[in-house]
Amino acid sequence: MELSAVNLAFGYGRQRVGKNLDLQLSGGEILCLLGPNGCGKTTLFKTLLGLLPRQAGHIDLDGRDLNEYSRAGIARRMAYVPQAHEGVFAYSVHEMVLMGRNVHQGLFSGPDKADRLRATAALQDLGIADLAKRDYTRLSGGQRQLVLIARALAQDAPLIVMDEPTASLDFGNQARVLAQIVRLAERGLGIVFSTHNPDHAWRYASQVLLLKDGRALACGAPEEALTERRLSEVYGLPVRVEALADHQRVCVARPASRS
Amino acid sequence: MRPKLKTSTVIMLLSMIVVAGSLIAATVGPYTIELPQLAAALLGQGSDPTVDTVLFNVRLPRIAASLLVGAALAGAGTVYQGLFRNPLVSPDILGVSAGAGLGAAAGIFLSLPILAIQGLSFIGGLTTVALVYLVARSVRGHEPGLVLVLSGVVIGALAGACLSLLKILSDPYDQLPAITFWLLGSLANVTPQELLSATPAVFAGLVPLVLLRWRMNLMALGDEEAASLGLSPARLRLVFICAATLMTAAVVTIAGVIGWVGLVMPHIARLLVGPNFQRLLPAAMLLGAAYLLLVDTVARNLGQAETPLGILTAFVGGPVFLWLLTSGRRAW
Repeated sequence: MELSAVNLAFGYGRQRVGKNLDLQLSGGEILCLLGPNGCGKTTLFKTLLGLLPRQAGHIDLDGRDLNEYSRAGIARRMAYVPQAHEGVFAYSVHEMVLMGRNVHQGLFSGPDKADRLRATAALQDLGIADLAKRDYTRLSGGQRQLVLIARALAQDAPLIVMDEPTASLDFGNQARVLAQIVRLAERGLGIVFSTHNPDHAWRYASQVLLLKDGRALACGAPEEALTERRLSEVYGLPVRVEALADHQRVCVARPASRS
Repeated sequence: MRPKLKTSTVIMLLSMIVVAGSLIAATVGPYTIELPQLAAALLGQGSDPTVDTVLFNVRLPRIAASLLVGAALAGAGTVYQGLFRNPLVSPDILGVSAGAGLGAAAGIFLSLPILAIQGLSFIGGLTTVALVYLVARSVRGHEPGLVLVLSGVVIGALAGACLSLLKILSDPYDQLPAITFWLLGSLANVTPQELLSATPAVFAGLVPLVLLRWRMNLMALGDEEAASLGLSPARLRLVFICAATLMTAAVVTIAGVIGWVGLVMPHIARLLVGPNFQRLLPAAMLLGAAYLLLVDTVARNLGQAETPLGILTAFVGGPVFLWLLTSGRRAW
C-alpha cells in the first residue's frame, strides 16, 4: 500500500494554503510532519484523505488516483485520527471504536459480534480496555485521543493519518502513543503524523516533512532534513541540536537573548 | 452516566406502558366504557352498538392517531438532533412543522384532496429545513448550535406569517375555522380515512431510519469524521432529512402543529438508553407515543371544551427546553 502526492496544491475553496508539495508513504514507514501553527498541516491531511478537494497536482493511493475511489474505498485503505474533540453525544468508548468498523459492514446492518471483538481488541492494543464502558465525553483529552487511535486501528486500514496525536497528552502518554505508532509501523502499517515537537521526528520517524507556509522546506531522513538552520527558520527562533550520550538527538530552543 | 436498566427492559416496559395506556384511554371519556365491555367489543363479541360506535369510530382512531403522531414527532426529533449534532432542535424548532403546516394550509385553501395536502405539507417542510440549514451554514463566527435554532425560529416565523396571510384570504365560513383549529394542534377531528392516509407516509419515512440506524451514529460525529470512516455524508443527510421531514409532514397534516414532543422525548430517551441510535430511535418513539397518548387523553377529558394539544405540550416542553438551555450540559 502506498500513498504519494506530487506537486500538490491544497487549501480551502480558492484560498491557497500550500503548494508544490511532494510526499510519499509506504507500509512500515512513519512520516512525521513538522511545522509551526497554521502552516497547513491539517489542511494537507484533509486533502490527502480526500476530505477537501485538491487544488492542483496528483494524489496516488495504491496505484490509482485518489479521485477514483469511493469514500468507503478510501476508508478501507486510510484511517484518520482527528485532533481529539469533545464530542456532542455521550457514546460509550466501545461504541466510538465500533464506528471505525463502518467499512466492514453492509450499509443496512450494524456491528456484529466480530466487529465488537475487533473493537475490544483495538482497545486492548492501546491498553485502554478498562475505559470501554465509560462515556467518551467524560474522558480526559489524552484518553479521548487514545480512543480515536483505537477507532482508526479497528478500521483495519493499512495507512493511518494522525493529526497531532500527542497534542493533548502528558509527557508519559506522548511517549506511550509514539511507541504504539512505532509498533504499528513494525507490523507493516504506514503512518503519517504531525507534531509540534521535533524530538519526536528524530526518535520515531523514518521520514520527516518540514512545512512552512504550506511549502516543504525539507523532506527526507530526520538526521539530514532537520538541521539547526532549517529548524531555526521554520520556528523563527534560534534552535540548537544536541546529541545525547546514546546519539539520540534532541533540540533546544534558544530565544534571542540581549547578552 | 450509563443507564442502569438494560435497553431491552426499557423497550419492553415502554411497550407495555403504551399498550396498557391505550386500553385505559379507550375506557375514559364522556361516554364511559367499562373494561369488560371494552374486552368484549375488541374481541368482536360486543352486544352494545353504542359502545362499538364510540370505540371504533371515535376513540380508537383518536388513540391510534395520538400514538402515531407522538412516535413520528419524537422519531423525527431524534433524527434532527443527531444529524445537526444539536440537542436543542426538533421539528418545531427547526420550523419544519410550521413549513409543513403552511403547505398543508395552502392545500386546504385550494380545497385539494388529502393526498395533495400531504404532498404540499412535505414540500413545505422540506423547503423550510433546507432553508434553515443553508442559512445556518452561511452564518459564521457564532455559536453554530444557537445559529441553527435561531434561523429555525426566524424561518418558522416567516412560514407563520405566510399562514396568517392565507387565513385572511381564506373563506371565513368554511376554510378559516378548519385552518385555525387545525393549526392549534388537535386530534379531535382525526378521521379513520386521514389516519389511513398518514400511516403509510410515516412508515415510509421510518423504513430508511430503521435500515440506516447504525449509520446515524456516524453522522452525529460530523461530516468530516463520517466521511473519513467511509460514509458519504451529503447523500446520507439528504436521506435522513427527507425521512424525518416526511414523518413530520404526515402527522402535521392530520394533527396540526404540535410542539415540544420532538424536542423533549429524545432527551428522556437518551437518559434511559444512551445516544446509540439503534436503541435511541425505538425508545424515543415509544416515549413520544406514550406521552402524546397521555396528553391527548387529558386534553379530551380536562374540561367541557377540548383543550388544544399544543397548549398542553408547551406547558411541559417549555420548561424542559429552558432547563436544557441553562443547565449547559456539555454532553448529551
